[in-house]
Amino acid sequence: MVNTARASVAQQSPGLALRIDNLSHAFSLEGHRLPVLERVSLDVAAGEFVALLGPSGCGKSTLLRLVAGLEPADRGTLLADGVAITSPDPSRVVVFQDPTLYPWRRVWDNVALGLEAQGLLKTTRGKVDQALAKVGLSQFARAYPRQLSGGMAQRVALARALVNEPRLLILDEPLGKLDSLTRIAMQQELIDLWQRQGYTALLVTHDVEEALLLANRVIVFSDRPATIKAELTIDRGYPRHRDDPYLLDLRKQILGLLGLAESW
Amino acid sequence: MSSVELVETGESVNTSTVRLWLQGLVAAAVWIASAALIIWWPNAVRKWPMTQGLANVCLTIAALIVLAVIVGRWSERLARRTQTLGAWLIALPILLSLWELFTAKLGWLPVPFFAPPQALLDVYVEDWPRLADSLLHSAILLGSGVAVGAITGFTAGVAIGWSRSIGYWLHPVLRILGPVPSTALLPLCFFLFPSSWSASVFLIALATWFPVTVLTWSGVSSVDKAYYDVARTLGASQRFLIFKVAIPAALPHVFVGLFMGLGASFSTLVVAEMMGVKSGIGWYLQWAQGWAAYANMYAALLIMALACSGLISALFLIRDRLLAWQQGAMKW
Repeated sequence: MVNTARASVAQQSPGLALRIDNLSHAFSLEGHRLPVLERVSLDVAAGEFVALLGPSGCGKSTLLRLVAGLEPADRGTLLADGVAITSPDPSRVVVFQDPTLYPWRRVWDNVALGLEAQGLLKTTRGKVDQALAKVGLSQFARAYPRQLSGGMAQRVALARALVNEPRLLILDEPLGKLDSLTRIAMQQELIDLWQRQGYTALLVTHDVEEALLLANRVIVFSDRPATIKAELTIDRGYPRHRDDPYLLDLRKQILGLLGLAESW
Repeated sequence: MSSVELVETGESVNTSTVRLWLQGLVAAAVWIASAALIIWWPNAVRKWPMTQGLANVCLTIAALIVLAVIVGRWSERLARRTQTLGAWLIALPILLSLWELFTAKLGWLPVPFFAPPQALLDVYVEDWPRLADSLLHSAILLGSGVAVGAITGFTAGVAIGWSRSIGYWLHPVLRILGPVPSTALLPLCFFLFPSSWSASVFLIALATWFPVTVLTWSGVSSVDKAYYDVARTLGASQRFLIFKVAIPAALPHVFVGLFMGLGASFSTLVVAEMMGVKSGIGWYLQWAQGWAAYANMYAALLIMALACSGLISALFLIRDRLLAWQQGAMKW
């Protein structure tokens, strides 16, 4: 009974429910094992926006690669809507820190990449135009990536992800390399798109303020091997304001958890 | 109002006078001068045929340049194309005249070994059927060898770069066989193969194969791994990863390989034609030298230089088409 009820909810929401249970993972570095994730458990509801925060190199990005299915996990369970994640799937799309656009493809063809790879492009060309329009780059459809600025390139990468109508959007520090003005504009865009499309979002970031502006929930990780140190629910609607005392207070708490209370 | 119009017309008159290509006129004058030198300065050593013909060629070139000067005043495109050649169009007749002076007119260079320009012209007029036939045979041989070498090299390079097990078997072959100068295998191949022609195709293919394989391989293995991650999360198959990610990303390297392979194929072609195949430009060179027909040899060399340079230019033209996305690529 409960299972069928949950399944019907999942079908209503375009988002995907993610279950991470007791996940451990290690790298082998020059012969010896280097644990990066230690018994991580996390449930993300369909349509939720969850931010992962933690010290640099703690293993957050590895977690994202495992969720994307790019690498198999050593131990533990990873379920997308109750189904084990064993390989990449276009329902779970990653936006990386670098736009990684293909320099030999024009912007339009870069956005069309996923549809082309799945053999759907012939019938869905209109979706590519729509995705470009969504990120405001219709006029640059014929440009080559080298002709774009950093922010524009990252918006193309976002369009390339969204055109597949992902049910889980995995954001690996997508705004990390942008200048602060572009970053503020794109944070707003991310919120708008997420609210309109209703996908589940998993965001890795180093920017505490960004996590607080975007996410329903912030997960704070410890240093490597990463374990979950704290979970904070952000009980505020959108749009949020940077100077909201509630957010400032949470920011102080999180910086404390990260051992940076002094720099507040 | 009227003063503005005056300024505008004044400017347009100004630009069209600037557009008169003075350098072109100088070039035409130098070509005419060298024609005069060829006709009126008496030949020293012997009476060369085609002396008048050579002068006529110079005059024709002068006329064409004058034509370009005139048409260039209206056609911006033609003007832009011809005007960059200006300095060369002046230097060439000077060099030609020096050559003419040292050989035909003053006889400073010993005669059978150094031919004057009109002797080359004579060869082109008299012996063109044989030259054309040689060129055709060379083209067929080179084309077959390079096509086989480039296709197998590209395939092998992608396979080694992509598949570890194919790499395991091909890599040692590549390391042992590749660096051997393919001309060193010539005697062996001439008795292993049914005909000297098929042996030559094999050797030219081998000379092309090695650099194409190595550079394709290096191109495929240097592809940014993030490109694969992106495609995989978007649902790409292995096939898609090879043909739509690895190969396009490796193409700049592949073209370097093709460039090197083409260069290696030229020298293998000439040696093969000199040693075994009884046709082609290489054979013509050997044959001309055997008869002490040095003018024929120079004529063939000049054709060969133009043909090889043309092929390399064609390769770069294809590259520029295919790799239009590259920024600041070298211009041939």
